[in-house]
Amino acid sequence: MNLVAIKSAIDALSAPTISFTILTVIFPFIFPPSDWFEKIHRKTGLWRMWTKPGGVIGMILITAFFVIGYFDPYFNKTLTKADNFPIVLMIYSMWFYIWLGMFKAYRNDIRIEQGLKPEEYNDPDDKVLVWPDLVYIEFICLILFQVFLIVWSILVAAPIEEPANPAATPNPSKAPWYFLGLQEMLVYYDPWIAGVLLPTFIIVGLMAIPYMDINKKGDGYYSFKERRVGMFIFMYGWVVLWLFLIIIGTFFRGPNWNFFGPFEYWDTHKVEALTNVNLSEILWVKWLNQGLPSNILIREGLGFVITGLYLFVLPVILAKTYLKDMYAAYGPTRFVSLMTFGLVMLALPIKMYLRWIFNLQYIIAIPEWFFNI
Amino acid sequence: MSEKNNKSILEKMGESQVWKSIIRSGVPRTRRQRMHAILGSVFLHLHPARLPKHAVKVGYTWCMGGLSFFLFVNLTITGILLMFYYRPTVEYAFTDIIDLSEQVPLGIMRELHRWAAHSMVLIVWLHMVRVFMTGSYKPPREFNWGIGVILMTLTMLLSFTGYLLPWDQLAIWAVTVGSNMARATPFLGNEGPGASLLAIGDINLVHVGSDVRFALLGGRFVGEATLLRFYVLHCIAIPFVAMIFMAVHFWRIRKDGGISGPL
Repeated sequence: MNLVAIKSAIDALSAPTISFTILTVIFPFIFPPSDWFEKIHRKTGLWRMWTKPGGVIGMILITAFFVIGYFDPYFNKTLTKADNFPIVLMIYSMWFYIWLGMFKAYRNDIRIEQGLKPEEYNDPDDKVLVWPDLVYIEFICLILFQVFLIVWSILVAAPIEEPANPAATPNPSKAPWYFLGLQEMLVYYDPWIAGVLLPTFIIVGLMAIPYMDINKKGDGYYSFKERRVGMFIFMYGWVVLWLFLIIIGTFFRGPNWNFFGPFEYWDTHKVEALTNVNLSEILWVKWLNQGLPSNILIREGLGFVITGLYLFVLPVILAKTYLKDMYAAYGPTRFVSLMTFGLVMLALPIKMYLRWIFNLQYIIAIPEWFFNI
Repeated sequence: MSEKNNKSILEKMGESQVWKSIIRSGVPRTRRQRMHAILGSVFLHLHPARLPKHAVKVGYTWCMGGLSFFLFVNLTITGILLMFYYRPTVEYAFTDIIDLSEQVPLGIMRELHRWAAHSMVLIVWLHMVRVFMTGSYKPPREFNWGIGVILMTLTMLLSFTGYLLPWDQLAIWAVTVGSNMARATPFLGNEGPGASLLAIGDINLVHVGSDVRFALLGGRFVGEATLLRFYVLHCIAIPFVAMIFMAVHFWRIRKDGGISGPL
């Protein structure tokens, strides 16, 4: 296989439809939330990701991607932008630290299974003095980081483009890299959801984690098995819905926010068919073969019913059936908050797939009130 | 030779009146003096005098919380130096930035500031991941996790407001893209759902000249007023709020039982 074939394969695979699907499908096998996933996780050898060779292989793969990218004429342009270097750092550190945490967690899981205390445990009476044992470590960390910053600053000049010109909009216009996940959500949701509602839910949802997680285990040491569902949900949100969308937004979005593989030329004139339709159009025009009703609420009735069922009826049904035990353990307030945050989080991938499979633009489309979902 | 002369310079210094007036315990040699060195210092007493063994290991904490704070201090210092030269007006902002690298020998102060800012966003995220993975948000530390989430949001807002200040194409368009979201805020943005309900008769209360985006930008588009507003937010307002939350964050670490660990 030659490099061109590898590159075009990576280009094809990195399309959000494919890469996001692969990540989502493979994710529960990497962070298994139940026994069934755990079994396959063990059988297929995916657990080896969290061993030392796994960590090294991950590092090598990331490095290979960046090396190939560096010598590619098109990816080089994106990669060597000074402001994109933090993303390179982000990808490395994300892998390294998740690996480190999971590596330690797996070692602790084995110890706990054997009835031992976690590795972090020490005799409470056997303490060390902060001077010198901690202050020196902190001092060394700080010096090393300052050296790193100085070297980075000497090697890479901070970006400065042409003077601000309100009349010349660059294409694409991108937000700072840490907000590109939100900008990527704009493809699927209107600004009032992607730019206001979802960030609010992320912040409040993160703050609510300690109140919703009633699992007392795994406090103060790395562990996975004791809190695998919580870990799975957090990691999915953090890695796939936040970091991966940032990577898509930075590396794979070119002019007009069209998708481009990393090794593709950013063609300003790439045309993408805009064939998206609203749910109301599908219902009235396609299925019922008539014009849209003039009454907005009747027109969007189906959308309201579906959204209502999803957000308000589904939790009730779950509480009475599949998640009965959980409801009993969590109580109504905790259960409702967990469901609300969980369903809103899940609404992002759901909308993505509705878009990709049915070309669905809006479930509820009321542009008259700027109310599109 | 008397015994006195065999003492090292450090020891002599530690016995001098000046030293003892500053650091009462002298050179920290004995266990007692070392504990006193921490307890007697306004800065170091953020730490307890003694810690369980796992707590001082980089493998456990990744040093991310400490580095976040270090970067905040670092950014404050480099930021103050930059403020000596930078004028937040449409006329001067861009050229002042150019001068920082072209007129100053080895002018890397802006680089130090920018790369430290990017690092800080990343490191605050990693700090959150570490705290999650060790389950350190669990009771009794729930409240402090919430403070941490606020600090993370403030970190990103600090970085975002600073992004505008070079006043180049990258800056104004990134901020335009970001602040366009505000226009869609429910009820408070002129293109947000529900905004049209806030009206007296035919007069809309929330319109393009009165919504949250207008308040944020100080105008209908990213311009002179926005630059000044973001400058003030970046240099004074958000750091001020962040410092208050940081004080609470550090205080609560100690009050919630110190660093987390297995029982």
